[in-house]
Amino acid sequence: MLRVVNISKNFGNQTNALKSVSLNVNSGEFFSLLGPSGCGKTTLLRIIAGFETASTGELYWNDQRVDVIRPQSRPFNMVFQRYALFPHLTVFENVAFGLRVKRVDTRSMKDRVENALNLVGLWSQRDRLPETLSGGQAQRIALARAIVNEPKILLLDEPLSALDQKMREYMQTELRELQQRLGITFIFVTHDQEEALALSDRIGVMNDGNLEQVATPEELYERPNTHFVAHFVGSMGSIRGSAVDHQSLQLPNGQVIRGNLGRVEPGLTAEAFIRPEKVRLSKIVVGATKLSGDGLRFDRGEGVNKVRGKVLNMAFKGLHYELHLGIGPDQRLRALVPPEKMKFGISIGESVTAQFSPTDTFIFNCPSGMA
Amino acid sequence: MKARPRAPFWAFGILFGVLFVLYLPVIVMVVSSVLTRTDHWVLTLQWYRLVVHDRELIDALIRSLEVGFASSFISTLVGGFAAIALVKSKFRFVKPVEALSFLSLVVPELVFALSLLSWFFVLRVQLSLITVILAHITFSLCFVLMTVNGRLAALDMTIEDAARDLGATEWRILRTVTLPLIMTSMLAGFLLAFLLSFDDFLITFFTCGVGSDTLPIRLYAAMKSGLTPQLSALATLMLAFTVALIFLLKRARGLKIFGQM
Repeated sequence: MLRVVNISKNFGNQTNALKSVSLNVNSGEFFSLLGPSGCGKTTLLRIIAGFETASTGELYWNDQRVDVIRPQSRPFNMVFQRYALFPHLTVFENVAFGLRVKRVDTRSMKDRVENALNLVGLWSQRDRLPETLSGGQAQRIALARAIVNEPKILLLDEPLSALDQKMREYMQTELRELQQRLGITFIFVTHDQEEALALSDRIGVMNDGNLEQVATPEELYERPNTHFVAHFVGSMGSIRGSAVDHQSLQLPNGQVIRGNLGRVEPGLTAEAFIRPEKVRLSKIVVGATKLSGDGLRFDRGEGVNKVRGKVLNMAFKGLHYELHLGIGPDQRLRALVPPEKMKFGISIGESVTAQFSPTDTFIFNCPSGMA
Repeated sequence: MKARPRAPFWAFGILFGVLFVLYLPVIVMVVSSVLTRTDHWVLTLQWYRLVVHDRELIDALIRSLEVGFASSFISTLVGGFAAIALVKSKFRFVKPVEALSFLSLVVPELVFALSLLSWFFVLRVQLSLITVILAHITFSLCFVLMTVNGRLAALDMTIEDAARDLGATEWRILRTVTLPLIMTSMLAGFLLAFLLSFDDFLITFFTCGVGSDTLPIRLYAAMKSGLTPQLSALATLMLAFTVALIFLLKRARGLKIFGQM
C-alpha cells in the first residue's frame, strides 16, 4: 500500500500547488487522480515518482519511507505524457534500458524484453526507431519499457491524451486488461472524467491543490461530496439560487427547488445539480394547464421539482436527444430524451416543464468567488 | 490551374552576373595557380611543389592545424557542456548568461582582438601559440554553444526523467542518453570552430607572438613582397581544405550516431 501523508508543495512564489494531501492507494488497485489542468495531480504524481520533492509531508510504501530516497531507487516506474522514448535507441533497446542499468544478465534480459514487447503486441517492431512509430505504438512501447522492470506501482501521466479518440478508447481497454493481468498498482493521472470513470477502481478528484473526494466511480457519480465534484464529474445540468434551508434553494423567480442529496447553509448562494438522464420533460399545452403568475406552484412535501424552461438547443446523440433548457439568465438544464419520447414533437424555442425528483437532486453551496 | 509564375529571365541574368563577379577572383586565383609562362601558357603543378617544399609555409600550416584542433577541441568540450548546463539550469539568470555568451558574435572583431591583447598585456602573458589558442577558444566558444543549444532546445528533456525513472545515474544519463543525442551537433560545432580558427587573421594577428604565426599570417606577410603564383597555389589549397570541411559539416547534420551502451 502506498500512503501519501500530508504532502504539500510550494513552487517558488506560486504557493500551494498541493495543500496537505493525504491518500492511501491499495496494492493492485487502478487508482486515478482526476482534475482540471493545474489542479496539482501531475505534481503529486511527480512527487511520488521522485522528480519533485514535497515541501512538507511523507510518502510510505509498505511502511517504508520513500520520499527520502532517489527516484532511481524507488520501486515505481512512470509512463510519460509524451512517451519520452529515447530517440536514438531501437524499440528493443528502449525497453531493455532499465534492465541494462540494473545489470540483469543478457539471457533473462532478452527474455523479459521479449515478454514485455509481446504483452503490448509489438515484438515484431523491436528493431525500429521511435520516430517511425505511430502515437499508439509509441505509447505501448513506453508501457513496455516501464513494466519490464516489474515495478510495484506504475505511474501514468495522462498517457492517452496525445492519442486520437479511436486510439484512446482502444488503449483504455488495453490498459485496463493489462493492469488486471499484471496485478500491478496503477496510479493514473487524467483530466478526462469519462476515462477515469471507465478505468478506475477508485478515483481521487483534485481541485486547486486539494483532494476533494476519494471514491469508487459509482460513488463519485451517485454521491458527489462537494460542489466541485458535482460540477466536474458526469455532465450535470445546474441551476443556481440562494439556500432557504439545509435542503432547498430558491431560484431568482421565487421558485423553490428541493434536493435530498447534499446540504446547504441557508442564506448563501447554492446550486442544484441534476443528471440529464433524470430530467423528464412535458410540453406545456396552452390552455390545458393553467399557470399561475409566479411560475409553477411547488408542493413543499414529497412532490417532484418542476421548473419551466425554453428549449435552447437540441442535438441527436444516437441513443437519445440532448436538450438544453434555458431556465433563467445563464441558467441551463440538460436533459436526455430517448427518441421514442420525442414523438410528441419538441422543437427549439418551445416552452417545456422539466421535472426531477428531489432524490435525484444534489445541492451544494457555491464556493466563494463564484458569482 | 495556373502554374506559379516563373522568375523573369533577366532576374536569372542578374543573379548569374553577380555570382560571376563575386567568384571571378577565386577562379582567377585557382587558374593562375596551375599555369606558368615559358613562351606560351602551360599547365603545371610547379607552384604547388614550391608550396609543399617551403619549410616555413609547412611550419605555419602545422601551427594553424595545432591551433585549430586545440582551440576547437577545448571550445567543443566547454561549449557543449555549458549548453547542457544552461538547458538544465533553473538559475534565474540563464537568459542573461545566454545573451552574454552570444555577445561575442556581435562585438566587432577588431575590438575583440584589441581587448584580448590588452588583457594579455595586463596579465603579463607572453604572446605565443598558447595565447592564439586561448583567443580562438574565446571566439569559437559561442558558436559551439549555439549549435549544441539549438539541438538541445529541440529535444524533449523529459527523456532524462525517463532514464532517471529507469534507474540510471546522472553520469549514465549523460553518457548514454544526452551525449549520444547531441553528438552530431557537437561534431558540427567542432567543425565550425575549426573552420573559424583556421582562416582567422585579425585576432591571430593581434595575439600571436614571434615565431607563432599561422598560415593566414604567413600568407599576408608573403603577399607584401608581391603576389606570386606560389601564393595562389597556397590559397587554392586552403580553399579546397575549407570547402571539404564545409561538406563534412553538411554531412554531420544528417548523420545519425547510434548510442551504444
